[in-house]
Amino acid sequence: MQDNVKDNGITPSQTVGPFFKYGLTPTGDYAWNDAFTNSTLTPDVTGDRVRIEGRVFDGDGVAVPDCMLEIWQADAQGRFADPQDKRALPNASFRGFARCGTDKDGNYAFDTVKPGVVPDPDGKPQAPHVLLAVFGRGMLRHLYTRIYFSDEAGNAADPVLALVPADRRATLIATREAGKAVYRLDLRLQGDDETVFFDV
Amino acid sequence: MTFIYPVDSNKAHPLPLSPEYKSSIKRAPNKPLIPMRHTLSELTGPVYGHETVREGDNDLTTQHSGEPIGERIIVHGHVLDEDGRGVPNSLVEIWQANSCGRYVHVRDQHPAPLDPNFTGAGRTQSDAAGYYRFVTIKPGAYPWGNHHNAWRPAHIHLSVFGHSFVTRLVTQMYFPADPLFPFDPIFNSVPDEKARARMVSSFDLENTQPEWALCYRFNIVLRGKNATPMENH
Repeated sequence: MQDNVKDNGITPSQTVGPFFKYGLTPTGDYAWNDAFTNSTLTPDVTGDRVRIEGRVFDGDGVAVPDCMLEIWQADAQGRFADPQDKRALPNASFRGFARCGTDKDGNYAFDTVKPGVVPDPDGKPQAPHVLLAVFGRGMLRHLYTRIYFSDEAGNAADPVLALVPADRRATLIATREAGKAVYRLDLRLQGDDETVFFDV
Repeated sequence: MTFIYPVDSNKAHPLPLSPEYKSSIKRAPNKPLIPMRHTLSELTGPVYGHETVREGDNDLTTQHSGEPIGERIIVHGHVLDEDGRGVPNSLVEIWQANSCGRYVHVRDQHPAPLDPNFTGAGRTQSDAAGYYRFVTIKPGAYPWGNHHNAWRPAHIHLSVFGHSFVTRLVTQMYFPADPLFPFDPIFNSVPDEKARARMVSSFDLENTQPEWALCYRFNIVLRGKNATPMENH
């Protein structure tokens, strides 16, 4: 039978487009339910509860109102809710994944716990970090970046941050707001202070 | 089984900047992506709960009080890895325009009717063999503002997860022999012709249901190879 996969190779990416909201992030605005929310919090989750928020801007500094962001992270003990992580069991219902669409002013927010330390392939500790995937109209493939936390001493020795030119590292580090469990990180898709994106 | 994700496989994807697609001009990074080794963070990925997919979520024709207008179709296939192995239990989400080419999204205001019996969103989970199946309505082509007389070929948007966070894929499934292919900058943002062909479904007569629905087959190939390829062959 005819088949669209005759040769080796992956299915190419295409943009998420401008109209994903009713399917992927309806949040009560459409007749469809949400598979995911912008929170990883579960009743049994342990660790420091934090909010990570910010805005997304394009190359003209204009807010991007139609981005979709997804995060993936370890729990506060540095364990992933995936059987491929053989080390230990995470909080029973914690899944470590969340999704958020930007609003008309480009704002996003995630409610989560600050992740623990995860080893790199050589067993060296990585500073607490959250993986972030950025999807949007005009973006033919999503972009991968990481969110680090400004009050973590481990950032100085983090093996992935070390790959990033020193003058660009700040684009990956969310800043803790004084007296609040809130970290802010704006994303810039293009320009002089463009967010660092990784080739993974 | 341990999977590896060679970065070379990403060559199938469009480049971030594809100037024919105007929206990419201000939203593509100017600076090169920074290469890095995959750590446990990249090599793991989300597992979904029972509440993620409900019974019937894969049938977009039964979500309202009546049946939607249009050509009823079955879209099915396998989620596969780069070795051709089925990817089990992967979430597949779809969204699409109705048979007139109109999206239910509030930002789509082009003069084609909405269908009160069609939202256009569905989801399912691939089974133990990687197989998935949807019942829906064939979406219409629709105009957009990219250039004079621009029309998108009919397509269904797909979002797929796979074994890890780096297998995440959002793409569009097209229909065979669409006359709009040569003029669509999004379709043509994929540089390699063979890779473009992997976004086009095949008409599947064998699984077409007599008197009921045409069938299209669409296999989705995600990144991922066996780290020790000899053990299974």
